Amino acid sequence: MSAETRSLPVVQEEGIPGEPPEAAVSRRAFLQTVAGAGAAAALAACDVDSALRRHFKELSKEEVARLVEKVKRDHEARFGKKDWQVTARSPMPGVEFGYGLDLSRCIGCRRCVYACVRENNQSRHPQVQWIKVLEMDKVRGVDVIESDAYYEADAVPRPGKFYMPVQCHQCRHPPCTKVCPVQATWTEPDGITVVDYDWCIGCRCCMAACPYGARRFNWAAPGIGAGEVNPHIAVLGNRVRPKGVVEKCTFCIQRTREGRYPACVEICPVGARKFGNLLDPQSEIRYVLENKRVFIFKEELATRPRFYYFYAT
Amino acid sequence: MRANRIAVFLRGCARLVSRGGRWYFAWLALLGAMIATGVAGYARQASHGLIATNMRDQVSWAFYIGNFTFLVGVAAAAVLLVVPAYVYAWKPIKEVVVLGEMLAVSALVMCLLFILVDTGSPQNMWHIFPLLGTPNFPSSLLVWDAIVLNGYLVINVTVVAHILYRLFNGKSYDKRVVVPLVLLSIPWAVGIHTVTAFLYNGMASRPYWNASILAPRFLASAFCSGPAILLVLFQVLRKTTGFPISDEAISKIAEIMSYAMFVNLFLLGAEVFKEFYSATEHSVYTRYLFFGLHGHHAIVAFAWIAVSCSFLAFLLFVVPATRRNIYTLNLGCALIFAGVYIEKGIGLVIPGMTPDTLGEIYEYTPTATEWMVAAGVFGVGFLVYTLLVKIAVPILDGRFQAGMEVPLEAAPEAKPAH
Repeated sequence: MSAETRSLPVVQEEGIPGEPPEAAVSRRAFLQTVAGAGAAAALAACDVDSALRRHFKELSKEEVARLVEKVKRDHEARFGKKDWQVTARSPMPGVEFGYGLDLSRCIGCRRCVYACVRENNQSRHPQVQWIKVLEMDKVRGVDVIESDAYYEADAVPRPGKFYMPVQCHQCRHPPCTKVCPVQATWTEPDGITVVDYDWCIGCRCCMAACPYGARRFNWAAPGIGAGEVNPHIAVLGNRVRPKGVVEKCTFCIQRTREGRYPACVEICPVGARKFGNLLDPQSEIRYVLENKRVFIFKEELATRPRFYYFYAT
Repeated sequence: MRANRIAVFLRGCARLVSRGGRWYFAWLALLGAMIATGVAGYARQASHGLIATNMRDQVSWAFYIGNFTFLVGVAAAAVLLVVPAYVYAWKPIKEVVVLGEMLAVSALVMCLLFILVDTGSPQNMWHIFPLLGTPNFPSSLLVWDAIVLNGYLVINVTVVAHILYRLFNGKSYDKRVVVPLVLLSIPWAVGIHTVTAFLYNGMASRPYWNASILAPRFLASAFCSGPAILLVLFQVLRKTTGFPISDEAISKIAEIMSYAMFVNLFLLGAEVFKEFYSATEHSVYTRYLFFGLHGHHAIVAFAWIAVSCSFLAFLLFVVPATRRNIYTLNLGCALIFAGVYIEKGIGLVIPGMTPDTLGEIYEYTPTATEWMVAAGVFGVGFLVYTLLVKIAVPILDGRFQAGMEVPLEAAPEAKPAH
């Protein structure tokens, strides 16, 4: 295990306190680290299989394993031999992820934006970014109409401005999953709203419905160089997307379900980003919610986000 | 035996559409060229992705969906015209029903095609079907829309096919089949436009759409645009085929349209008042539409053209002298068509998404590819209507029945138009 892997686990490896260990183990997700080539050979000739496969939630454990194999083969075919780690971990019981962003700390450097692009295999050509940082006037407060997402500055923060990064709010009442005509997007028990990229029809209802501008469409086939691709991928997360489907922030599902922080949290140079388990009273996110002044973006829409803005100072 | 009769009917239809004069084939050639253009545009879009359009994450629905919305209105209103045909006991009631329902069929074909070309992964479309896929019912309004639009298509195809098939075999249509279906199609027509309005209306993230006045406005504008198209069609058919509709019926339709346009303008006024008097943050979308925002004016001219067209048409139709005059009547129809096309197309979709939910202004204008694909879809729709009319008119007026030769292209020139 590298040092990176141990960056402050958000769940205990031993399972959830108060839960029988065998239950925790049986419901514990399986990590399918792809190594053996036996299954791959058996599945060499079933691309039709993926086009005709059933909804992700209807797949059996074995079918998910086959899908994981297939995703690995597809990536290897496109990007070549790498240390591919393809996962389809289930949510961990007793975990509901929450996110806090300290508006008084954020300096608008956009390191989170680019760390997210690298981690989550967003398209470089054309550019896709899951996080958008808005520059706002201090005297106007949070006023999106007057905000600027394309600020160019020699140095940040600029005088008189503050910065508000926006990404998926992982709502408890998500308007996006409600409108999807084919249930291609849904909220997992740990609070992460995911997209089944093979199931999405690309109608973009969810993009119209999202009040946070958090969803991105693959207007063209994603352009990513073999040297740029992150080989640690989750099937419902950062695997390279096909053309014509919607994608979004998953709280770095490939990391957080393994007990690691999202890439944006790790990279933030000023510690403005906090992440943890809302169900764990000892977690940092719970401390933030209970002790700081929290602000819910577009609270009047009753989406009940798991993403909180706060002012620590 | 029955299969044999159906085969005779279908062969008769094929004979009808395969014969015609020079102008008929010239028209078909034009439609063929439009469709070929559309196929070329779509091939480009399919290989590059929807990046061939000017839609982007900020404005993620645009020209295609605007056309779809407008055409749902046409499909709905064509059938709603059956109501005045019954109320005023117009003589060619059967013809009004058939022509209206055929227009609905053509409009629906275009609606479904516009949805299809707007879809990023059309190969996954089967996921919306029950049993095969996982339709998100009853939560997703797009599933509702798919149900009501396809149901409406089935109803209208059934009625048209039944009437024509019976007449072709020298029998009158079965009232037990047609009357309930026509009566069902009227509330269903209201339904397709209401559900389509709710598709937008339900998005709390877009204040421009999230207004309860939206569905009533959809219906009011549809009651203008649908009859405008039928009025022109009735006149064309009266000229070319001797279709028996009186001047009085035409001016009655125009009168109904003037009321509809009044309601449409009134509802628009109610929205404009609320937006500009209260002047909250939610009024930016209407401001962008009519005045532009932060130096962005791409659709301002269109917005004012639409309002002017609709208002002028209202004046032309509300004054009895101008709605009886054939020239001002047709001018009014053209103005209504233009006004509602802009209002329910870019005037509805673009300001709903500009500025986007995070305040960004992305100015959208369609690409050449989008125009080409749209031309292709309209080509298919016009072709469907042309062929249906070509089949229906000789059967409706009794010139073509089982065992007869294909009649002459047009009614005798000497026959008075009405």
